[in-house]
Parts: sequence; structure tokens; C-alpha cells
Amino acid sequence: MPTITVYDAMAQALAEEMRRDARVLMFGEGVATKRPELVGEFGSARIRNTPLAEGIIAGTAVGAAATGLRPIVDLLFAPFLCYAMDELVNSAGKLRYLSGGQFEFPLVAISMTGAGWAVGSQHNHNVEAWFAHAPGLKVVMPSNAADYKGLLKSAIRDDNPVLFFVDIGLLYQPGEVPGGESLVPLGRAAIARPGHDVTLVSYAKTVAVCLQAAEALAATGIAAEVIDLRTIKPLDEATVLASARRTGRVVVVHEASRTCGVGAEVAALVAEQAFDHLKAPVRRVTGPDVPPPASYPLEQAFVPGVDAVAAAAKALVRKPH
Amino acid sequence: MSPFSSPALPSAAVPSIEHPEDLLEAMLLIRAYELRLSELSAQSGTPGTCTAVGQEAAAVGVLSALRAEDLILTNHRSAGHLLARGADPGRMMAEVMGRRDGYCKGKSGSLHISVRELGVVLTSTIVGGELSLATGVALSQTLLGRPGIVACFFGDGAAGEGIFHESLNLAAVWKLPILYVCENNEWQAFVHRRETMVGERIADRAAPYGIASATVDGNDVEAVRDAARSATAAIRDNGRPFLLELATYRQRGHFEPDDQTYVDAAELAAWKARDPIERMKARLAAKDGFTTGDFAGLQARVAARIDAAAAFAQASPWPDPAELLTDVYA
Ligand SMILES: Cc1ncc(C[n+]2csc(CCOP(=O)(O)OP(=O)(O)O)c2C)c(N)n1
Ligand SMILES: [Mg+2]
Repeated sequence: MPTITVYDAMAQALAEEMRRDARVLMFGEGVATKRPELVGEFGSARIRNTPLAEGIIAGTAVGAAATGLRPIVDLLFAPFLCYAMDELVNSAGKLRYLSGGQFEFPLVAISMTGAGWAVGSQHNHNVEAWFAHAPGLKVVMPSNAADYKGLLKSAIRDDNPVLFFVDIGLLYQPGEVPGGESLVPLGRAAIARPGHDVTLVSYAKTVAVCLQAAEALAATGIAAEVIDLRTIKPLDEATVLASARRTGRVVVVHEASRTCGVGAEVAALVAEQAFDHLKAPVRRVTGPDVPPPASYPLEQAFVPGVDAVAAAAKALVRKPH
Repeated sequence: MSPFSSPALPSAAVPSIEHPEDLLEAMLLIRAYELRLSELSAQSGTPGTCTAVGQEAAAVGVLSALRAEDLILTNHRSAGHLLARGADPGRMMAEVMGRRDGYCKGKSGSLHISVRELGVVLTSTIVGGELSLATGVALSQTLLGRPGIVACFFGDGAAGEGIFHESLNLAAVWKLPILYVCENNEWQAFVHRRETMVGERIADRAAPYGIASATVDGNDVEAVRDAARSATAAIRDNGRPFLLELATYRQRGHFEPDDQTYVDAAELAAWKARDPIERMKARLAAKDGFTTGDFAGLQARVAARIDAAAAFAQASPWPDPAELLTDVYA
């Protein structure tokens, strides 16, 4: 299997899907400038730079999606999604329902977020839970190059609006990417490491943190299972619940702030549907409820670390029951 | 650019509004529809609506200049646009009442009625929402090689939203075939336009974006139609956007019921004296020998349609509760 970066895996996905379907096009601030190879192959009608105006970029995608195109928009950094919130939430998410099913909105909105570039909280803010809370949208946030490619391709083929979050910290990380179609279905979590004592549920860059924590836990005789959600909405409830029932202990780990984050949803799901199997309370290890800072050590301190995850897991396993 | 063809979105017959009597009848239908709903909402459990009483010439004049292949985006004050496009008043009323036979299965209510089969493709009641979507619809028309242009109706208030400027700018830069139709009715919910903008005309905002524009008397249906015809001809010819501002007035307040105690009585009276229906009726009488009998005939036909529409809507069942959970995802 060839090893390529997340950035290149996404580039492959874009090119393959544009080749496959003439209705797919991509636009955003600097999209054509940054991807000359796509302009070369597909022409400037299908790869476009736009004005600096996220609202109309997103709105144009929504209007185009409803009337026959399959747009991908690059909205750059996740905090800029605030300018596109109306178009994504009120139009893309609601107008299918409000019209009684007359329209579909096959579009992908890509944005970057997460610690890694020391850019501060107006460029780094993990807002995936906001969109998971909005009806009619799907939300994807992969953890490795193969999934970035396979999930981006599936998102482009999906007939619904998909928010595709790219973890900045992973952008240039290499990973093995299979050849061929290599589709990864939306809504399906992956078991990144099997185990039977405790389940670590995560997504994006903290999957790697959980895998390292699982390694450390193994040295102390604790077998941790690591689940990579990959898609946040629709959430793969079956995979999470099956693991929770098997291990009886769940730690949810994400970089996004704690309050009303994805971890709260996973914890509630497990409490509602796997309570009888639990040997300890569900724990969350998350970013704090503060704006992510720029300073490198502060930015690193924001992200859940290996030690914190391992300690949370150990505390659950040691808890007498 | 596209190698494949995509079917045109309007699939149902779109009526043509040709003759002067057609213009008058179309306006009468809108007036009767909105007044009937106002009465129903005052008496019974029918929800209130945003009426465009007094603005019928704007809707009818523009719609009469459009072709079947053109697409339309509209907003919360959409009944006139929909009816002039040929929407069935019964299905519209059923939608307002939240019934199963509404165009959107009752899920929209009055505020965001779309009718895909008539090319009324997306309706947003987020003020300015339609402006954010029109560019994408026009991009589809262009890239998929479809013939129709896009008409986007919005209010003077929407022109205060930032997205108005983003939309005009992108349409100009990307050369999108959009007819921006600003119905300047002097009111933005409960705030008069003069409190929110310097100057009188929204159309003045087109030139800085390199967009051609015109302002016409929005209460003169033939003037609106003529202006819309020349605007659409220009768009079809050069593929570029055009902003048409229609100067009109909202006679019945923002949302039924509205006693309009905040409205200046003299201003309202002055605009009522310029009522678009009365003016067209007088013109027909003067020019074409249109008699009171002819007028009564038109009114009777319209009243019968509205009676039938109301009966249809009231007989339409409520949606099945299971509908709550459908149509969220494709
Ligand atoms: C974003 C947003 N802000 C406020 C409202 C509430 N609202 C609905 S209609 C309206 C007035 C709009 O004025 P205008 O654009 O002039 O259209 P008109 O109602 O006069 O036709 C307002 C404020 C809304 N629906 N959306
Ligand atoms: Mg207004």
C-alpha cells in the first residue's frame, strides 16, 4: 500500500470523484490557486476561486446542490463557518424537510480545525458538535489518510450536506492508503485496536492519543479497545454500544471543549442503552471550556494527552464493583 | 461545459399571462386569496400569514415576463409569486393550514413554500436567504446548460443584510443570469425603511457591483411587466445579473393580524389611492372599453376558485404523525 499524506489523500479523492461525475465541482477562497492540477484537468468552470465571503460561498453551494450540481466548498478554517452558518444550518439542513422532500442537497463543506499550527482560536476551534446538533446535516472527522480519502469520496457521493472537518494536526501525516475505489462508508466507526477491559471512544487526532494510551495500559495489564468514530453524525451507535457492553467501561476522548460536546452524546447513549453492562461511570477526557490559545505549550496543553487518557482508563478499571 | 443534459426543473404547465385582462385577473386572484386567508385566520385556527396586499402588480408584472424554463426564488411574502406562476390556491391554502395536501406536505406552512414542479425552487424565510441561494441556482443553469434565467424576489429589508452584497458581487463576478427583484414596500416588519437606510433606492446599490438596474412604479402592472421584459431580455442576451426595484407598499401590515397602529395614516391612504388593481381596472375601462359587468365576471370567477380552494384545504387531512420524521435526509 502506498504511503501518502492526508493532504494528498484528499487530493486523490477530489480528482477521482471529479473524474467520475461531471456534476462535481469545487470552489472557495484560493481553491483554484492552490490546486492547479485540478484546474488543469477539469477546467476553471469546475475549480473556482471565490470572493472572501463565506456566506455566499456556502449559499451558492446549497443553491447549486438543490438544482443539479454536486458542489464541494473549502471554507478554510472552522471558525469561519460562523459566517456560513445560516446557509448550512437553515438552508442545507432544513429546506429538504420544509419543502416536504422536494429537494436534495448533495454538497460537502470542508474546513480545517484543531491544534497544531499555533494559530489561536479564530482559526482553531473544534465546532463539530454544533453541526451534529443541527438536523439534516452529516458530520465527518477522520483520523488517518485512508479514511480521509475514503470518507471524502463517500461524502461527495452522498445526497446530503456533509460537514467534513480536517484536523490540522493530521494534514501532513503520512498513512497507508489502499488503491482502487477505497470507499469508506459514512456512519461506520472503526475498531482501531481491540481490547476487553475498557473502551476508549474518540475521533480525529485524539485517536492516536488513545492508541498510545492503550499501548501504555497494555504494559500494566489493561487491554483497552479503541474506537474511531470517523463519522460523528450519523453516529455508529451499534459499534459503540457493543464495545461498551463488552468492556463495561467507557472513556470518551476528544479535543473539542467538554460542554455539550460529542462526548456528552456518547456518554448519554451508553448510559441509556448499556447501563446494565457498565462496571463504572462513563468518563470524558476533553479539551477545556476555553478558546484554544496560540502559544505552543498552551495549545498542546489544550489537547487531551496520553497520560490523562491512560489515567482515566486506569481509574475505571481499578474502581471496585 | 457539461457533456450531459439535465432535465429542466419546471415540469408542470406554467400559465402565460398575456392580455391586459389576464394581468388584472391574476392580481384579483392574489388579492382574493390573501384576503380569504386573513379572514380565516381572524376567525378560526388558521395560522396567520404575511400578505402582500397592494403589491400584486409586482408579482404579476414580473411573473408575466418570465418563461416556463426560468426558475424562481422567493421569501416569506410569496403568495403572489406562487399564484402568478400557476400554483394551485387550494394546495397553497392546505400548506398554510398545515394539511397533507399542501405543496410541502404541511411541513412548511406559509413561510417557505416551494413548488419544484413550477420552478419555484427554493424559498427561504430567513431574510436574505433567497439571495444566498440564487447564485447557486444560476450556477447550475449555466454549468448544466439549461436555458432559463433565475428570478430572485427579496424585500428592501433584505437589502440591509450583508448577504445581499455578497450575492450581487458574486453574481457580477461570475456573470450569473439572475434577475434580482427588490419589492421595496417601504416596510421591514415594524420598522419603516427610512429609519434603516440613507437614500431612497435599493437599485442605487447595483452600480458599484457593475450591475445594471432600474426602478419602476411597482403598482403599475404593465410598467412592471415592461421593465421586467427588458431586464430579462438583457439577462438572456448578456448572461449578466440585473437588479429591478419595484416601488410599492404593504397595505395590510407585516403578519396577520396586524392593526398597523404604527403606520402613518396619511401615507397608507396615499398608497391605497394608488392601488394596483384599481389602477389597472380604470385603465382597462378607459382604453379597452372594459365594463363593470366584465369586472364582475372576473371577480366571480376568482371568487369561485378561492371558495373551492378553501373547501379543498379545509377538507384536506392532517399529516400522519409519522411524517414528523420523514424528509430529513435523502
Ligand atoms: C434573518 C432574519 N431576521 C429577521 C427576520 C424577521 N422578519 C421576517 S420578515 C421581516 C421583514 C423583512 O422586510 P423586507 O425584506 O423589506 O421584506 P417584506 O417583509 O417587507 O416583504 C423580518 C424582520 C427573519 N425572518 N429573518
Ligand atoms: Mg419591505
